[in-house]
Amino acid sequence: MTFRPGTRGLAVMAACSLALTACSAGSLGSSDDAGASSVEITYLIGNQEQDLKDATQLTKDFTAKNPGVTVNLETRPAGSEGDNIIKTRLSTGDMTDVFAYNTGSLFQAIAPEKNLVPISDQPYIGDLDENFTKTVTSGDKVYGVPSGGFMGGAVLYNIPIYTKLGLQVPKTWAEFMANNAKIKAAGGGVAPVIQTYGETWTSQLFVLGDFHNVAAAEPDFADKYTKNQAKYATSPAALKGFEHTEQVHDLGYENKDFASAKLPDGLKMLATGKGAHYPILSGVVNDMIATNPNAAKDVGLFALPGDDASKNGLTVWTPGGIYIPTTTTGDKLEAAKKFLAFVASPDGCKSLASAGVPTGPYAIKGCQLGSDVPQSIKDMQPYLDKDGASSLALEFVSPVKGPSLEQITVEVGSGIRKAKDGAARYDEDVKKQAQQLGLAGW
Amino acid sequence: MTVTSTTRPRAGSKASPAAAAAGGKAYTPYKFWFYLPTAVLYSVLFLVPTFASFYYSLTRWSLFESKFIGFENFVTFFQEPALVKGFTNTLIYGAVTSGAKVVLGLLLAVLLTSRIVGRGYLRSVVFFPVLVSTIGVGLMFQVMMNPERGIINGALGVIGIQGPGWLTDPKWALLSIAAVDVWKGVGLATLIYIAGIVSIPREYMEAARVDGAGSFETFRRIVLPLCKPATVTVIILSLIGGLRSFELIWAMTRGGPGFTSDVISSVIYKQYQAGFYGLSTAGNVILFLLVTAIILPLNLFLNRKEVDM
Repeated sequence: MTFRPGTRGLAVMAACSLALTACSAGSLGSSDDAGASSVEITYLIGNQEQDLKDATQLTKDFTAKNPGVTVNLETRPAGSEGDNIIKTRLSTGDMTDVFAYNTGSLFQAIAPEKNLVPISDQPYIGDLDENFTKTVTSGDKVYGVPSGGFMGGAVLYNIPIYTKLGLQVPKTWAEFMANNAKIKAAGGGVAPVIQTYGETWTSQLFVLGDFHNVAAAEPDFADKYTKNQAKYATSPAALKGFEHTEQVHDLGYENKDFASAKLPDGLKMLATGKGAHYPILSGVVNDMIATNPNAAKDVGLFALPGDDASKNGLTVWTPGGIYIPTTTTGDKLEAAKKFLAFVASPDGCKSLASAGVPTGPYAIKGCQLGSDVPQSIKDMQPYLDKDGASSLALEFVSPVKGPSLEQITVEVGSGIRKAKDGAARYDEDVKKQAQQLGLAGW
Repeated sequence: MTVTSTTRPRAGSKASPAAAAAGGKAYTPYKFWFYLPTAVLYSVLFLVPTFASFYYSLTRWSLFESKFIGFENFVTFFQEPALVKGFTNTLIYGAVTSGAKVVLGLLLAVLLTSRIVGRGYLRSVVFFPVLVSTIGVGLMFQVMMNPERGIINGALGVIGIQGPGWLTDPKWALLSIAAVDVWKGVGLATLIYIAGIVSIPREYMEAARVDGAGSFETFRRIVLPLCKPATVTVIILSLIGGLRSFELIWAMTRGGPGFTSDVISSVIYKQYQAGFYGLSTAGNVILFLLVTAIILPLNLFLNRKEVDM
C-alpha cells in the first residue's frame, strides 16, 4: 500500500501516453466523423524524384475529379531497404491505406493473399494489359493496378557516334562487339560501353536484359528455373549474360572510371558522346533528358543482342503496382478503390504523361504514347508491336531472384571473378530465396 | 594505496551490523517490489529478445511465419563464400584498426602530454573526429578517395604518384576503410592514453633521469608498463568496435566492389534486407559468439597481466 501514490503516478503517465497516441491516431481518423463527404487516405511511394512527381500529379488530378477524397503522400527509400519497410509495416499492420510496390517476384514475397485486398471484381480489370496482370496475380486473384508504363532493359546508344562512324544497329552480339571495336579504334576518348559500378544495380543489365534471348533459345527456361531444374551456370544460353559482362571488361571497352562512376555520370557520358553504349533500364531516360535535353533526339535504344539475329527482341519490365492492404477498411477502403480505378483509367495515364517522360508504353487499354516522346522510348514500340519480339524479364515469370546478383555482376565486370564462377555463385544465391519462399524442389 | 587500506575495514565494519539487523540474511537495502519494474523491463527488452533471437536463428522466418529448420541457417552461413569472406575480413579489420589505434593513440598521447604550445586546443582537435557522424565521415572520404576526381589522388598526382582506386580496387578497399576508421577513432584511444600517462607520478621519471635513462628508455621502462590499464581498455574497446563495425563500411563501399570489403555486420544487414530474417538472425548469433570468443579470453589474459604487475 505504501507504493500506491507511485502506481497512481505510473497509471497517470500510462493514461497520458495512451491519450497522446490516441490523439495522433484520432487526428488521422477524425475525418471519418465528418461523413463520407471528406475522406483522407495516405499513399506510400518510393522516394525517387520521378515517383514523387508522378504521385503528386496523380493525386492532384484524382482529387480534382473526386473532391471528397484527399490523398496524402508518404515516401519510403527505394531498393532492398524499401522492401524491408514494406514487409515490416505489413506484418505489423501499420501499412498506409494505399501503397506502391514492385510486381513479380517481390510482389509474391509480401504474402499478397494474406496482406492485400483483391481487386479482381473491379470493372476496369479487363482494361489492364495481360502481361501486367500476370505479375500482380496470386492464387487466382488480381491485387494491383499499374503505376506507370512498361520499361525496357536494353542498350541506350549515342546516335551521333553511330552516324559519324557509319555503324548499323546490331542484332547479334558479334555485330555489337564489332561496333565496339570500331568505336575504340576511332579514338577520341569515347568509351564503347559505359558501366557505372558506383551504383551497383546498374551492373546487372547484360544478364537481366538478355532474358529475351535466353527464352528464345530455351523456351522452358523460366519454368525449369523455378523448379530447380535449370541453372545459370549450366545453361549455355543463360550463361551468355555473364560472359558478355566479362568480355566487355576483358577487351577494355568499359569507360576508365567504371568502378566508381554512378548512374548520372553514365547518363551524362552517353548524352554528351563520351560513351557510345549504355545497357540500362529505359526508366532512366526521363532523368537523362531532364539534365541533357539534347538526349531526347541523340539517344536511341536497341534490345540486347543475342546469337540469333532473327530471334532478337526486347526484355520488358512491367510497371510497379499500386495495392490496398487488408488493414484499410470502411470509407477509406472505398476511397482507396476509387483511387485505384482512377489510376487504371485513361485519365490516369494522361495524368502520368503530364508528370514527365514515360518510361515506355502504358499497360492500360486506351492509353497511347504521345508523338513527342524521346527517340529511345519510340524505339521500344516496334519490338512490342511485333509478335515474339519481346519477353517479360525473368523476375516476372519466376519468383526466384537472388539478392546478390548486382554484387556478382560487379565482380565479373571488374575482372575480380570469372563469368562461369559468377553464374555458379548466383545459382547458390537464388537457392536461399527459393527456400525462403518455400518453393517445391529446392 | 594508503587510502584504500584505511577505508576498507571501515566499510566492512559498517556493513556487518546492518546484516545482523536483517536477521542473518545478506543485507539488501531494497524490498522485492522495488526491483520488479526494472526486472520486468529487463525481461521484456533484453531477456525475451535474446532468447527469441536464438530460436529464430533456427528457423526460416519471413516475418509473417516461421518454419523450424534446425541448424540449416548456420550451415548455409558457413557454406557461402561471401559469408566466409566476411568472416575473415571482420578479423582482419578488427586486428588492423585495433592495432593501429593502440600504436598511434599512444604516440599521440605522448606528444600531447609534452610541453607544447596550445596543448589543450590540440588535445580537443584530435578528439573532434570522434564526435562527427560516422556516415558523414564515410561519405566525405568516399568523395575524397574517388580514383579519378578525388582530392587524395589529386594531391598524389601533383608529386607524381599514381594513387590506386582506394575504394574500387579489391586489394585496397578494406584497408582504406580501416584507415578512415583509425582516423576517426584514434581520438578516443589518445584520450584514454593521456589519462593513463598523466596519472604516472613524476617521481618515476625524475628517478629514471637521475639513473641516466634516455627518452627511449624512459618510454619503454616507465610509460609503457604503467600505461597497461589504458592499453587494455583501448584494445578491448577498439577490438569490439572493429568486430562489429558497420556504418563506415556501409557508407563507403557497401561491402564492395563485389564482396571484397564485406564484414559480418554488412553481410547480416544484406541478408536482412533481402528478407532472409532467419539467416540474418543466425548471423547475429555467430557475431555474438565470435565477439565473446575473442574478447572474453583476451580480457582475462590482459587483466591477469595487470594483476601480476
